[in-house]
Amino acid sequence: MAEVKEDIKKPENLVYKKTDLMTDKTLSYCPGCGHGVIHRMTMEVLEEMGLEEETIGIAPVGCSVLAYEFMNVDMQQAAHGRAPALATGIKRVFPEKTVFTYQGDGDLAAIGTAETIHACNRGENITIIFVNNGIYGMTGGQMAPTTLEGMKSSTTPYGRDTKKMGHPLKMTELVATLPGTCYVTRQAVHKPGAVRKTKKAIKKALEYQKAEKGTSFVEVVSNCSSGWKMTPVQANKWMEENMFPFYPLGDIKKPEK
Amino acid sequence: MEKELRLMKGNEAIAEAAIRAGVDAYYGYPITPQSEVMEYLTEQQPEDRTGMVVLQAESEVASINMIYGAAGAGKRAMTSSSSPGISLMQEGLSYMAGAELPCVLLNVVRGGPGLGTIQPSQADYFQSTKGGGHGDYHLITLAPSSVQEMYDFLKISFELAEKYRNPAMILSDGAIGQMMEKVILDEQVPRRTEEEIIKDFPWASTGKKNRERNIITSLELDPAKQEQVNLNIQKKYREIEEKEVRFEKVQCDDAEYLLVAYGTSARLCQETVKLARDKGIKLGLLRPITLYPFPMKEIASMVEKQVKGVVSVEMSAGQMIEDVKLAVNGKVPAEHYGRFGGMIPSPEDILEFMEKQIMGG
Ligand SMILES: Cc1ncc(C[n+]2csc(CCOP(=O)(O)OP(=O)(O)O)c2C)c(N)n1
Ligand code: SF4
Ligand SMILES: [Mg+2]
Repeated sequence: MAEVKEDIKKPENLVYKKTDLMTDKTLSYCPGCGHGVIHRMTMEVLEEMGLEEETIGIAPVGCSVLAYEFMNVDMQQAAHGRAPALATGIKRVFPEKTVFTYQGDGDLAAIGTAETIHACNRGENITIIFVNNGIYGMTGGQMAPTTLEGMKSSTTPYGRDTKKMGHPLKMTELVATLPGTCYVTRQAVHKPGAVRKTKKAIKKALEYQKAEKGTSFVEVVSNCSSGWKMTPVQANKWMEENMFPFYPLGDIKKPEK
Repeated sequence: MEKELRLMKGNEAIAEAAIRAGVDAYYGYPITPQSEVMEYLTEQQPEDRTGMVVLQAESEVASINMIYGAAGAGKRAMTSSSSPGISLMQEGLSYMAGAELPCVLLNVVRGGPGLGTIQPSQADYFQSTKGGGHGDYHLITLAPSSVQEMYDFLKISFELAEKYRNPAMILSDGAIGQMMEKVILDEQVPRRTEEEIIKDFPWASTGKKNRERNIITSLELDPAKQEQVNLNIQKKYREIEEKEVRFEKVQCDDAEYLLVAYGTSARLCQETVKLARDKGIKLGLLRPITLYPFPMKEIASMVEKQVKGVVSVEMSAGQMIEDVKLAVNGKVPAEHYGRFGGMIPSPEDILEFMEKQIMGG
């Protein structure tokens, strides 16, 4: 047995390695939460593209406020919703750097709506990674702008009544209409195939940033088992059955050749 | 070399100062009475002159957060606004103080509260000197009283902001922003190169080349650590209070009575001092140049020596008077005199108040 163990350590037997751009710190996310996977995909892409020495990431306010503890690149932590303004501020004075924001749906589509739309409308050469879990995870599961019609949350205990609480906001479709965005896509991380697609999408988004095509915007529909009051398995099933029909996956806008 | 002289508005002077001081970015949003700052900058095309970036943001909330980003990357970033816009920036300023980021902002104060008036006012003293946003922090606050000082204080403010890693505020008003005076201009200072940024600001997020990553944040979930963060910030403020107090004294050597006033009010009070001296009253003026740190010790020592009464003159309902009273510490009478809502007191009214309320009483 002892020999087998030693064998595993040989470099030629390596099948998977955590990217050096994720720190060794234990993730603060709930079991099954999509945030961890989306972090890792973002960091794997940065490493594969060799961008780690020139990247500045912006962490939001939300469950991923501590993204800077896990993402092993230079990071700035923004006030709630203001990440696209920080990214603009950096990118305008350091146009050759790679700048991305990582934001939840409350952060990006409620309190930060203006910053999101105007950064996209100016066509800032930044990449926005938008994690839509249909809820305010961090503050304990309140309604988000993205919460589905009829969906329960701690501030819509009888389900979201669109007459009183407005309609779920499709921010990604909205920014796709703006001339400043070059690549707008919606992905997920609930299955290995989806994770691979998300990774590809993030890579494209960063490539378009490097090519100075404008704002690249990657929404990832994700779960929040704690906020949704479900087990992780139930949450992923519920997401497929309820979130995907309203938030269909796939590219919404691609740059003209 | 001969000095370069120009007749300029206060708002234009500070814009020219920004280009010449090697500022990297101006992010702002229009509001009267300071829109000339961004108008002058866009007209000058500093992108061609020095590479300085000028961007009109979608709001003051956005502009202060753009500044957070640029400052976090070690760049010299600034904005200008007037009272309602500065109110919108308070969250961002609190975050910058917490994350220990330098920047300079100009408040060309107008009368409030609310939308108020576009006429000059000094009613934002509390907001500027006492923190303004949430949490324990101060802005280093300088108060120009001439167009030349609008020009000069830009560079000084950046030096202080960068030395202490804290936002600095230039607290002006519509009168100084709009009036024209002659200004002596300096020579162009080059903007910092990336190598210089990395050397001068090793904490800045410029990309982790040949070093561990840098993090810019104001968050610390562990209260014991957050207390330590606060203690470190407070230590800086004690040092600022010790080393950075600036003021000007006018006819104070023999003064038995003292006016304390800054900015436009200080200009009016200079006239009041002349009127009083003509009448044989030994009146002096102390003009705080830094409002935070406030010249507490200087006022206290003047009261200790010969001053028998103090009037704090402000275009507000009485804000700086609280600091003046702390300095005077009840030893002699100290009162506020002011007009507000965009009204300006006259030198005669100030003297009359001094004579009736302080000298007569
Ligand atoms: C100005 C301000 N308002 C409110 C909050 C409280 N708050 C923290 S996180 C959050 C919601 C985050 O939700 P989302 O962006 O969807 O992120 P998630 O936790 O779901 O990933 C709120 C309202 C805050 N920190 N700052
Ligand atoms: S509360 Fe929701 S979003 Fe936050 S870590 Fe838990 S599962 Fe993830
Ligand atoms: Mg959310």
